[in-house]
Amino acid sequence: MDELLKLSGVVTHIGSYHILHGVDLSVRRGRVTMLLGRNGAGKTTTLRSIMGLWKPRAGSIVFDGTPIGTLDTPDIARLGIAYVPETMGIFSQLTVGENMKLAATTARFNAARLDDVFRFFPILKTKWNDRAGLMSGGQKQMLAVARAIVENRRLMIIDEPTKGLAPAVIDQLIACLLELKARDTTILLVEQNFHMAQSVGDDVAVMDNGRVVHTGTMAALARDTELQTRLLGLSLAAHQ
Amino acid sequence: MKRDWPAQLLLPVFLLAALPFMSFSTWLTLTVAGAAMGMMLFLMASGLTLVFGLMDVITFAHGAFISLGAYVATDVVAAMPEMVASHSWAAALAVLAAALTAAILITGVSGWIFEVVIIRRVYGSHLRQILITVGGLIVAQELLVAVWGANPIPIAKPAALQGSVVIAGASIEIFRLVAVALGLAVYVCLQLVLSRTRLGLMVRAGVENIEMVEALGFRVKRLFVAVFIVGCALAGVGGVMWGIYQGLVTPAIGPEMMILVFIILIMGGMGSVGGAFVAAILVGLMTNYSGFLAPKLALGSNIVLMVVILLWRPRGLFPLVKS
Amino acid sequence: MLDHILSGDRPRSRILAALLLAAFVCLALAPFLFPGTKALGVAARICIFIVLAASYDIVLGYTGIVSFAHAMFFGIGAYGVAIALNQMEVGWLAIGVGVVCALAISAVLATLIGFISLRLRALFFSMVTLAFASFALIVATQLRDLTGGEDGLTFSLPRMLSPGFRLLAEPLFGVRIDGRVITYYLVFAAATVLFLLMLRIVNSPFGRVLQAIRENEFRAQALGFSIVLHRTLAGVIGALMATLAGALLAIVLRYNGPAASMSFEIMVDSILLMTVVGGMGTLYGPMLGAIIIVLAQYYLQPGMALLSGVLTGIPILPRLFNPDRWLLWLGVLFVVIVYFFPTGLVGRLRERARTD
Repeated sequence: MDELLKLSGVVTHIGSYHILHGVDLSVRRGRVTMLLGRNGAGKTTTLRSIMGLWKPRAGSIVFDGTPIGTLDTPDIARLGIAYVPETMGIFSQLTVGENMKLAATTARFNAARLDDVFRFFPILKTKWNDRAGLMSGGQKQMLAVARAIVENRRLMIIDEPTKGLAPAVIDQLIACLLELKARDTTILLVEQNFHMAQSVGDDVAVMDNGRVVHTGTMAALARDTELQTRLLGLSLAAHQ
Repeated sequence: MKRDWPAQLLLPVFLLAALPFMSFSTWLTLTVAGAAMGMMLFLMASGLTLVFGLMDVITFAHGAFISLGAYVATDVVAAMPEMVASHSWAAALAVLAAALTAAILITGVSGWIFEVVIIRRVYGSHLRQILITVGGLIVAQELLVAVWGANPIPIAKPAALQGSVVIAGASIEIFRLVAVALGLAVYVCLQLVLSRTRLGLMVRAGVENIEMVEALGFRVKRLFVAVFIVGCALAGVGGVMWGIYQGLVTPAIGPEMMILVFIILIMGGMGSVGGAFVAAILVGLMTNYSGFLAPKLALGSNIVLMVVILLWRPRGLFPLVKS
Repeated sequence: MLDHILSGDRPRSRILAALLLAAFVCLALAPFLFPGTKALGVAARICIFIVLAASYDIVLGYTGIVSFAHAMFFGIGAYGVAIALNQMEVGWLAIGVGVVCALAISAVLATLIGFISLRLRALFFSMVTLAFASFALIVATQLRDLTGGEDGLTFSLPRMLSPGFRLLAEPLFGVRIDGRVITYYLVFAAATVLFLLMLRIVNSPFGRVLQAIRENEFRAQALGFSIVLHRTLAGVIGALMATLAGALLAIVLRYNGPAASMSFEIMVDSILLMTVVGGMGTLYGPMLGAIIIVLAQYYLQPGMALLSGVLTGIPILPRLFNPDRWLLWLGVLFVVIVYFFPTGLVGRLRERARTD
């Protein structure tokens, strides 16, 4: 199996709290892997550990053959990983355009990619010179995703993009992710929204209490309501 | 962008408010003097405010770099006696340029060492930052004395920069005009770099959210070291100008200014370059106006000004937004 | 019994206990063990700075806030006594009035600073206290008629404390019991009582709350303790103790001026250095720190002169070991301690005692 990212036995502490107790997770190339689980299961911590924002205490993280567990965040990002945090990480004092410029790896934009961004999220073009902090939550989330796709990255890590967004915006995001998926982009996605998870997910990993407790395909999990109840405490459908 | 009118108007209102208390020519002289002092203070404060804004690091040892710059200037000026005595503008500017270059190099390198030895280990803890940089200040001051001695060292103003010109009936020292020009130039450069370049973009983004800048692949820690070095070099530039302006360099020349610099940071809004600029001019003007009207209250008046502004805006005039 | 006197706060390290005991005995018998005006002056200074550094510890060590205004309170105490003895008829009444007025002023200022901190982040607070301190210094030097300006004030003490006074006709163990010795014992007794009082305060329920706030502000708040109130109160207590230490200083020196009590040198080179080197948040630490730093201030210089002489001929080194550069080495010590032993000497000794 062609694994782009592989975590084995990752243990992470935050201060004196022990959050991850040995996470094993693999993300296959060209597929969308959903990371599910209850609040506090360790999903965000897993993503932050991958990005080196919290350094793992033990275990290994390998990205395309390179161990990245001890690298600094910028060096991890430079391997071609885009990260959209739960908090979106928008620079609110900068304009939309400046936010995008920072996400580009060179001083000039990749024209085709920028066209994609404007096609997915036309609003960003009209707001290009506005301060990012003045936009709505949905527009900020679009900007956050747009920053991740304005360059050709090998892996996109997205943390709960639909949190608190209106259905229309969620549909826009789904459309965007589906098109990326069609182009064989590898994505690791944390999501609570069932509709989104079912629409875009190929593989799934479910976390509980700092460990991955189930892996399989999204389709299998979507069919098995009993498994959903056992793993997630309630059926995915209830989230809709 | 939304303008913050009350804060923007403070400086012009302040300027005009002083006018009724004195003749116009006195007002002009004092205003230029205040602006000159303000510009030199801005040079000293700008680095500190950038460092704080970007990394949430505060150093109490900044004064030592001001002193260092001033001491370097004494050596450079002493080494060029003919050019200092010459009445040509070219010679005067050459002396100034030499002193500034030497000071920038030496304070920059010292700042780099200071960052590696002292600052790097105390990220994240304000208590330890304050303590360790106070310790660093003691050591740095003592080293300065070990090298240059405890006695004040006179420093000659290049001949062409001595004396005054009369504008609109007000006598204005030439050196003050030079200081204003230099300060303005530095301010404009800083603002251009911050607003127009990718580096400036990184700094402004880093002020808001360092983690995200790192997650976009930028090595912020290196950027911070660079900003720290620039900050120390700017303090050195401020020290050169202030030393030549005062005509006498003592070990305390930098630390003495730090109280005013801190007042500027607090008033302007910690981390804000524009805020530091406005606040530095306010402090310079306040010092000169009150020095004329009530000499005993000069420094005290700045503290009162700071308290008033803090009561109005507890986070300073132009506070930074951190997400 | 001893436990009661120390409020249950034992040194918790045999070496520390031995050091403290030795220091106490030396200070208690100083006039007999170390006769001579200079030695007695040093001993009195140690007693005063023990109180001063310990009072700063209540602010720094027990609340985790760096205030640069502590020397201001020290100066207020010293000026209180100096001004009262200058303006009023020399006597115990004047000293009393001076001390009470100084305490009142300090209490008001400390409360004011405490409430300002309510509006500010901790970092701003340090800078604001710096501004306060320099304002106080300006006031002290500008009100020349009252304070003597830069020159300061000299004054005479009640007859019993003046050097010419003899308590006993005959020397005791070879030492003449004169006004100086009486002054020393007055200072020693006051310092002992004040130190034990502070020990009691930090080990009281109030002190425990302070420590809880220092460890975890959020949790302490959640438990219903008002952080501003406790911090302000700690600040006021620290300020009052510093004021009393200042009054003692004026009595010993029979002089007070800005450089003697209120300057930034006193604040940084003495108070801060002593508290951090000895160990923040332990009270015993600042006591040890005060002893070490005062001794260093007086006796490090001759040692360095020796060293500097040995190093003659080598470039720059003799300059670094020049006796006037004693502060350089204390600064280096300070930086090293903040890095490697953030708990100071006392913390280090206690860790050793635990692991043994």
